[in-house]
Amino acid sequence: MNGLSRYWLPVLVLGFGIFVIGGAQADTGKLRLTGGVNSIDGVAGGGLTPWAIIGTNASAGERGVSAFATRVKPKDYALDVLGVVAGFNDRIEFSLARQEFDTKATGAALGLPGLKLEQNIIGVKVKVAGEAILDSDTWMPQIAVGLIYKDLDAGGLAPTLDALGAKQHGTDFYVSATKLLLAQSVLLNGTLRATKANQNGLLGFGGTAQNDYRVMPEFSVAYLLRKDLAIGAEYRVKPDNLNPSILGAGLKEDDWKDLFIAWAPTKNVALTAAYVDLGRIVPAIQSRKQTGWYLSAQVSF
Amino acid sequence: MTRLLITLLLAFTLGQASAQSTGNDSLYKAFGEKAGLTLLMDDFVQRLVAEPRTQAFFKNTDLSRLKTQLTDQLCMLSGGPCKYTGRDMKSAHMGMAVGKSEFNALVEVLQEAMDAKNIAFTDQNRMLALLASMHRDIITK
Repeated sequence: MNGLSRYWLPVLVLGFGIFVIGGAQADTGKLRLTGGVNSIDGVAGGGLTPWAIIGTNASAGERGVSAFATRVKPKDYALDVLGVVAGFNDRIEFSLARQEFDTKATGAALGLPGLKLEQNIIGVKVKVAGEAILDSDTWMPQIAVGLIYKDLDAGGLAPTLDALGAKQHGTDFYVSATKLLLAQSVLLNGTLRATKANQNGLLGFGGTAQNDYRVMPEFSVAYLLRKDLAIGAEYRVKPDNLNPSILGAGLKEDDWKDLFIAWAPTKNVALTAAYVDLGRIVPAIQSRKQTGWYLSAQVSF
Repeated sequence: MTRLLITLLLAFTLGQASAQSTGNDSLYKAFGEKAGLTLLMDDFVQRLVAEPRTQAFFKNTDLSRLKTQLTDQLCMLSGGPCKYTGRDMKSAHMGMAVGKSEFNALVEVLQEAMDAKNIAFTDQNRMLALLASMHRDIITK
């Protein structure tokens, strides 16, 4: 499984490359920032949560691509993400992302120095109703449904996850509603995500304490300061499937929050910085809250 | 975090309230009334004709008539004492094959024109909110 998973992402990325060379349009027509940024799972939206908008600059009748790199640096860990997104007809979005989570001192404390948890992630999103940006005369939001498939390579931690009853692949299903309140310069998003993921999948999916899908709400609010600048906040409720576990409350997890600022210096570039609060991550080893920063760069066409 | 959310929601609620209570001409005044709108639409139309993504739509257009009609339309929408007497948006754009991308290009050109007149971003968005929903009648492709 892990041997195979090492290969499918590069193959898919190559496929994306061919797609880009083959015909992503040069002059796509979304308004600036309305394609969103990339969440840590790759999906277009905020930084931690998917939105109903379709990523890239492609508007109706067009196709587009974007690529991004993100680094999240809470106190005792580091997460690096690389990914690509394709958008078709402002209707369908495909995304690929690769996460590398450096466990730093926690891995060493578990007898696994240098342990990195890696996830390959595929996302598919379809817009099913509404028009988030231009339908300024109604309250009807844009609505999209999607799924996010994650394949975890836990390295030396795999036997521990097996013992905890956590699977090493899983799929999230979500529905998102996004609305730009143009007259107020405010963008709102609400997402309901059905998930089994522990720490977004980095500690597997499900566990002996709780192994069912749970539906978790996520919220984003953004205020547009200029046409190229937005600030906002996000809140993502997470399940707590590994609490209690054989480690007692040592794997308890918390909701995720952030405060962000997004800047699009040109139509094709977006930079996002955020202060994140990821709560506790493996408090058995690191008991303090994992607050820190988030930086992301995106190019899109 | 929670405090910021509350502040943002409060700002939003107050924004709503002020938007509702101003069933008046505050937006019209923010755009410099009839004189300001006339200058803005003169510049906007010049920019539309110069912009590669939109110029084709105006090849056979009487530009001075278009400027007058746009001025009247925005004047009326923003609460000013004008009456737009032109055609409705649907019949005015019939057969022009405007796509969503071109509509967005027009919005960008309007934003540039409003920037050039130093109209506050919040007022720009209040005006755009009155115009954006017209996409349903204008986009035909």
